[in-house]
Amino acid sequence: MDLYEYQGKQYFARFGIPVSPGGVADTVDEALSRAEEVGYPVVVKAQVKVGGRGKAGGIQLAHDADAVRRHAGNILGMDIKGHVVHRVWIEHSSDIAKEYYASLTLDRTAKKYLCMVSAKGGVDIEEVADSDPGAIARIHIDPVDGLSADEAAALVVEAGLDAEARTGAADVLLELYRCYVDGDCDLAEINPLILTTDGRVHALDAKVTLDDNAAFRHPEWEEYAGTETTDPREQLAKEKGLQYVGLDGFVGIIANGAGLAMSTCDVVEQVGGKPANFLDIGGGANAAQMANALEVINSDENVRSIFINIFGGITRGDEVANGIVEAMSRVEIASPIVIRLDGTNADEGRRILAEQAAGKLESVPTMIEAARRATELAGGTSR
Amino acid sequence: MSIFADENTKVVIQGISPSSQGLYHGLRNRAYGTDVVAGTNPKRGGETIEGIPVFSTVAEAVKTTGANASFISVPPPFAAEAILEAAEAGVPFVVCITEGIPAHDEARAYNTLVRDFPGTRLLGPNCPGVISPGKCNIGITAGDIALPGGPVGLVSRSGTVFYQALYELTQKGIGQTTGVGIGGDPVPGTGFTDVLAAFEADPETKAVLIIGEIGGAAEEQAAEFITAEMSKPVVAYIAGVTAPPGRKMGHAGAIISGSQGTAKAKMEALSAAGVTVALNPTEAGERMVDIVKNLA
Repeated sequence: MDLYEYQGKQYFARFGIPVSPGGVADTVDEALSRAEEVGYPVVVKAQVKVGGRGKAGGIQLAHDADAVRRHAGNILGMDIKGHVVHRVWIEHSSDIAKEYYASLTLDRTAKKYLCMVSAKGGVDIEEVADSDPGAIARIHIDPVDGLSADEAAALVVEAGLDAEARTGAADVLLELYRCYVDGDCDLAEINPLILTTDGRVHALDAKVTLDDNAAFRHPEWEEYAGTETTDPREQLAKEKGLQYVGLDGFVGIIANGAGLAMSTCDVVEQVGGKPANFLDIGGGANAAQMANALEVINSDENVRSIFINIFGGITRGDEVANGIVEAMSRVEIASPIVIRLDGTNADEGRRILAEQAAGKLESVPTMIEAARRATELAGGTSR
Repeated sequence: MSIFADENTKVVIQGISPSSQGLYHGLRNRAYGTDVVAGTNPKRGGETIEGIPVFSTVAEAVKTTGANASFISVPPPFAAEAILEAAEAGVPFVVCITEGIPAHDEARAYNTLVRDFPGTRLLGPNCPGVISPGKCNIGITAGDIALPGGPVGLVSRSGTVFYQALYELTQKGIGQTTGVGIGGDPVPGTGFTDVLAAFEADPETKAVLIIGEIGGAAEEQAAEFITAEMSKPVVAYIAGVTAPPGRKMGHAGAIISGSQGTAKAKMEALSAAGVTVALNPTEAGERMVDIVKNLA
């Protein structure tokens, strides 16, 4: 789960990383109150989970109440790359001397943590990585050992951070490491990490991605639920515990396993169809999950046919078949259904469908033939 | 021959109880012919469940039964601990199918194995397991979709496409020496290159089918390995050819992978390594038919 900047800063603060005093506002009046609390001058920052806010005009400096009213009014409701701003973060403006970069993430190739620090912060770090890779100092950290104070101190020197920033920046790295590991982050990134004109080092932005798999040991993450804005189809699917990505085609896809769901989309495209979505009902999908999946697909007006592609492992073909029968009794499915069922208990599943759903769906023996049939039923021409 | 698991493999099921996933899958594996010799459960030592003797610890199970492989399907909060318990007991091969283990737990467990237990191979987590058709099946693969006798070795990152690929081969009458599902988690215990090296060394494996998927750089690494080390023909399919660009893990994630990670980049890397690249699992099976014909 990606956090908004303000959530990321609050998360950083729990681990001792210095951030500017600030507060969130959903209205212009609230923005004025927050500005009074933190003291002028303030920065009004759009809260959206997309880069390039500054260029889009979503970050503005305000020296007085009139300016806050004007900027907050402009920014709230602003559309930044398809993300509508519903909330702003108001923080006390910092006097910036230098802008740096720091991050921690997992390097899947090395199978170790990667800490990166650069004296060239405040800009798109991917551009720095392309144009001047030497400007980014990197260190791999063995998760068993952790990051030592000596390594942190050496890294800020290697990155060429200014002498007066080094002690503060090394401290931030150690705190960021604790946030990354104990806070179960997939990514903890500060860009920019600033040196102020009076010699303090602190995080002026926060990009935090939490590891959803660790939610069981972080009851405090519940506060982030409901602050995510997504495609309404994706929201419905998420509530029902399904892995769903909306696409712009017309063949609704239901498959078990992310790989097979992607593969199903591949095959539908290759035979001339267009997938309306990626939907993985999961490894242990049961009747209720299948019924939920059909409801989600059924709510998509662009869908003209549905292709259910199941290869049973943990998922059992008889349960899948029962789910389809149950879903059809619960909801009126608007589109024709093509199913291809193989693997664990597939024979039993096909028998259930033949007995209880005959005439309501077509059972097709192979993945490619099923993709062709679903494309034809959607009014497309299959190859 | 087979790799990783064969007729001499003796399996201990960690975290066994009458209602556990481990028992459910363990019994299916046993019905396939897998030698399931023990189960463990700290609260049930001394019991027998479905004819399987239960021990309090993996160490006891190994000592008494000579178990040389373990099967883990315990819930995510306990999985990393279970992996390390097996390693400490000296189990050389650990299959963990648990899905949803926190990435940091996985990273710590993996690096602990590398450092302290180099004699233990971990397969998974979040994988379908391993099947050496006709000999041994550890995990959740439906045994009847595999065909004994070789000559093809199969390795897959995706679980359900692993089944699909096995099935495509079997339907076309092509047997498998071993099928290995390495899983798609961030820190898999066994990677493509480990499996490719084992297939290259196995005299009965004559060709290899790789099933990859978008994200990460494992397929690119496999391509490098194939160029440098493999003499046997390889066919590959990458799931997600038509997937829209996925969610990037912020800028830091993008920097690590660079242009790597897309299906296109992976397919190009594999093609450049001399691999026959198919656009879907069915086509991958067809290409393998051609290769197997030419072997004879």
